[in-house]
Amino acid sequence: MNSNDRLALLQGTLDLLILKTLALGPTHGQGIARLIQRQSEKVFLVDHGSLYLALQRLEDRKWITARWGLSENNRKARFYTLTAKGRDHLVEKTGEWQRLARAMGRVLGVVDSPELDGEEA
Amino acid sequence: MFWRRRSSKDFAEEIKSHLELEADELRREGFSEDEARRRARVEFGSVQSAAERFHARNRVVWLDNLLRDTKFAVRQLLKNPAFATTAVLVLALGIGASVAIFAFIDAALIKPLPYADPARLVRITESEAALHLVNISYLDYLDWKRLNTVLSSMDVFSAWNFLLSTPSGTEPVSALRVSAGFFRTLGVSPALGRDFYPSEQVPGGPHVVMLSYGAWERRLGLRRDVVGTSVRLDGVSYSVIGVLPKGFEFALADKADFWTTLQPASDCEKHRDCHDLYAVGRLKDGVSVRQALANMQSIAQQLERQYPVTNHGRGASVMPLSEAIIGEIRPILLILLAGAGLLLLIACVNVSSLLVVHTEHRKREIAVRGALGASRARIAAQLVTEGLVLVIAGGLGGLLFAAGAMQVLTLLISNQATARMPYLLGANLSTHELEFAGILVLLAAVLFTATPLLHLLSSDIREALADGGRAAAGTLWRRMGRRLVVIELATTVVLLSAAGLLGKSLYRLLHVDLGFQVDHLATLVVRLPDVAFPTDAQQVAFAHSLLDRVENLPGVRAVAITTMLPATCDCNTDWLRIVGRPYNGDHITALERHVSSGFFSTIHATLLAGRYFTDAEDASKPKIVLINRAFARLYFPGEDAVGKILGDPTLSPSSLKKIVGVVDDFKDGALDEQQMPSEYIPFNQNPASDFNLVVRTAQDERSILPLLAATVHELNKDVGVEHGSTMSEVINDVPTANLHRTTAYLVGGFAALALILSAIGLYGAIAYSVSRRTREIGVRMALGAHRSSVHRMVLADASRLAAIGIAGGLACSLAATRLLRGLLFGVRAWDLSTMMAVVIVLGIAALLASYVPAHRAASVNPVDALRTE
Repeated sequence: MNSNDRLALLQGTLDLLILKTLALGPTHGQGIARLIQRQSEKVFLVDHGSLYLALQRLEDRKWITARWGLSENNRKARFYTLTAKGRDHLVEKTGEWQRLARAMGRVLGVVDSPELDGEEA
Repeated sequence: MFWRRRSSKDFAEEIKSHLELEADELRREGFSEDEARRRARVEFGSVQSAAERFHARNRVVWLDNLLRDTKFAVRQLLKNPAFATTAVLVLALGIGASVAIFAFIDAALIKPLPYADPARLVRITESEAALHLVNISYLDYLDWKRLNTVLSSMDVFSAWNFLLSTPSGTEPVSALRVSAGFFRTLGVSPALGRDFYPSEQVPGGPHVVMLSYGAWERRLGLRRDVVGTSVRLDGVSYSVIGVLPKGFEFALADKADFWTTLQPASDCEKHRDCHDLYAVGRLKDGVSVRQALANMQSIAQQLERQYPVTNHGRGASVMPLSEAIIGEIRPILLILLAGAGLLLLIACVNVSSLLVVHTEHRKREIAVRGALGASRARIAAQLVTEGLVLVIAGGLGGLLFAAGAMQVLTLLISNQATARMPYLLGANLSTHELEFAGILVLLAAVLFTATPLLHLLSSDIREALADGGRAAAGTLWRRMGRRLVVIELATTVVLLSAAGLLGKSLYRLLHVDLGFQVDHLATLVVRLPDVAFPTDAQQVAFAHSLLDRVENLPGVRAVAITTMLPATCDCNTDWLRIVGRPYNGDHITALERHVSSGFFSTIHATLLAGRYFTDAEDASKPKIVLINRAFARLYFPGEDAVGKILGDPTLSPSSLKKIVGVVDDFKDGALDEQQMPSEYIPFNQNPASDFNLVVRTAQDERSILPLLAATVHELNKDVGVEHGSTMSEVINDVPTANLHRTTAYLVGGFAALALILSAIGLYGAIAYSVSRRTREIGVRMALGAHRSSVHRMVLADASRLAAIGIAGGLACSLAATRLLRGLLFGVRAWDLSTMMAVVIVLGIAALLASYVPAHRAASVNPVDALRTE
């Protein structure tokens, strides 16, 4: 795992990734971090400080809710759940991302490539 | 956003659980226990920093933002020193004026009187149709005190002049004679020594005196062994029994150094129709002023039945003591506060429109910040902070200004006025004033944060960025600014008309037709000690030798004596009836003045009928009297008054006197009251121990004053002299004139400031409008418009604003000046010439204010204008 290959996440991106991860079902902070890294095939570097800050922010915006519970191996953990409002936001932002990615792809000549590592404009 | 708190402990817990879960997973992936833990930690990064960031987010961010906003706001203001200074100064002026006036209101109207349970204290007077509130006679007082069921105590007082023996001669001192229970009724106990005993108020009782704190400090250097010593007053030894507390004041009487008991020994106190006392009382618990009044009035009726001659038509009046003390000044203070409030309104409007322009100029900057990601809330917070910084600076400046203004105002209130209104000196910046200032600052803050916020909401950031805010929002805002200017102008009209009316009524008051010649008259009060001059003949003899001496002083044209100076007050009245007329108990109330034969020629009065009296007409000759025109018109209409006989209500033989002449009216009563009937009694036939010397001089009357006092002392060093002043000073210093003057000056000051502020406001609005229209003006000129027509266009624009403002202001003045009616003298609330003057002054100010921007607009170079932006 060469950390030079990793990409730093922009703020809006991390929020979106968290929401997407939670769309699969409630989980805790560590689970989210793992999932993001795994799903992005370890391209994204998740700074844990930023992650928890982002979780707090999303909670403040009522896109997610949190509650203490037990993990599958019986550890106490804070579980996050996507709210209806969060889901709406995710749908909206995903659409925007797809449009942006397509447009960028066209301009850069890699039409319809789904693997674009988007960088927000 | 981040108001809901989550404890940092909860957060630490979450991180701990994260590390454990991560370690579990790593272990599952095959790492050793220690390695798993280490890796989990490394993967996480700094736990410390994460916690700190969480911390910052939850707690400090808003504070941090506030600090940053404040710093930025201060920097913004410093970058614009002209705007910042103007805004802060204008605000400080408005807030300061209001706070200063409020401090006086607080001292006079809000702070309770310095007595125990002051709400239960009342002033009791007799009442009469002709004079309304009049003093009580001693015998009536005794009956009222005995018969009433509403007062727990009732006491009387009367001012007295003593001659104090000092090592260097005699000095006239002011004193108050009070009944023994006076201080107990007020609930005041002496700071040193004891209070009066009832045994000290009977005729022939021991002579005792209490000192005011001021006299103790000034005359005795706060010596604690003063109790038990004695002082000589009018040649009689009085033992000092106590000292009154510091700060004790009694506003119903002039300031007194000495307080003695009232021993009813004088001639006056044996007669029910001689009224020389004032009374205060303390209401019993549960008794209202109204009930007390009813009780006192029924006693007065009973006394009237019992003593039909002396008590005919004598009613009673009871009013709260606070009302008696501050009743006169309350409307004035409230009007001043209203004036200060209007000034503050103008100041706020002015700063608001400055802010509008300021925000308008920063529109692009705000738009850029918005585009860079600042949320509306953050931008709003920034603008609010700027408003607050401005208001707080203005508030602090206002307090400084108020402190200074109060010192100036205290100096402005004359000594005489402070003797009557000692509470005004208690004005200071205490908690009340700070609270008041705080409220003003808060209100201003709401206004000043609302202004830019509204502006922000009314404009679109993207649009602002695109074209520099030249679109509809700008127009809307320009209209708003113009409306503010109209409000400012209208308020100024109200203040200017109030100032104009008050100034005019002050002028009318001071230039009331006095009926005598005021200039070149010097006056001096002379007090003969009773011990040295016990008989009438001795008093007359001294008066004559004094008149002779003064007459021969260089520069003296004429000299005379009167017991009461003209134009001072409607006091010292006599009850009369006409011999040979049917009498139904209604006596004539006339001002009574004892004058020397040369009095009328000295003051340049006019004789209408009959003759003046001569020096030869003394006590050995039949009694004679002169009356004034008002007396003759009221009681001898269509007949010749000369030769008629006047007497007291019982026509006792010793009281009969023949009218020998009628003098044209001159103001020998109060300046602001209707002319009363007066009688003039020869000093030679009925002298007094206290009298005024009136001297007509050829040179400046002021320069002779020291010489007059010296002449009196040459004759007899034990005779007291005081209040040497010119007649013009006497008139300028009467309380009514003082009140009118202070009010007129203050409201005038407010109006002047308002005029300046509104002119600046108008200038600002027009200048702003011109700067926004530079391109338009350029186009017009490029299309052939003449410079003069551009000039005219701008001036017409300004005139339209001014006209609307002035018209609105006149309408408001109609309503507002009605409130002033009680304070006006000789002027109607709707005085056409005053209003016209206001319109002209404000019109000229408006033209001046718009001339500069109009000129600038006319000198626009079309090419440059079209090239801008």
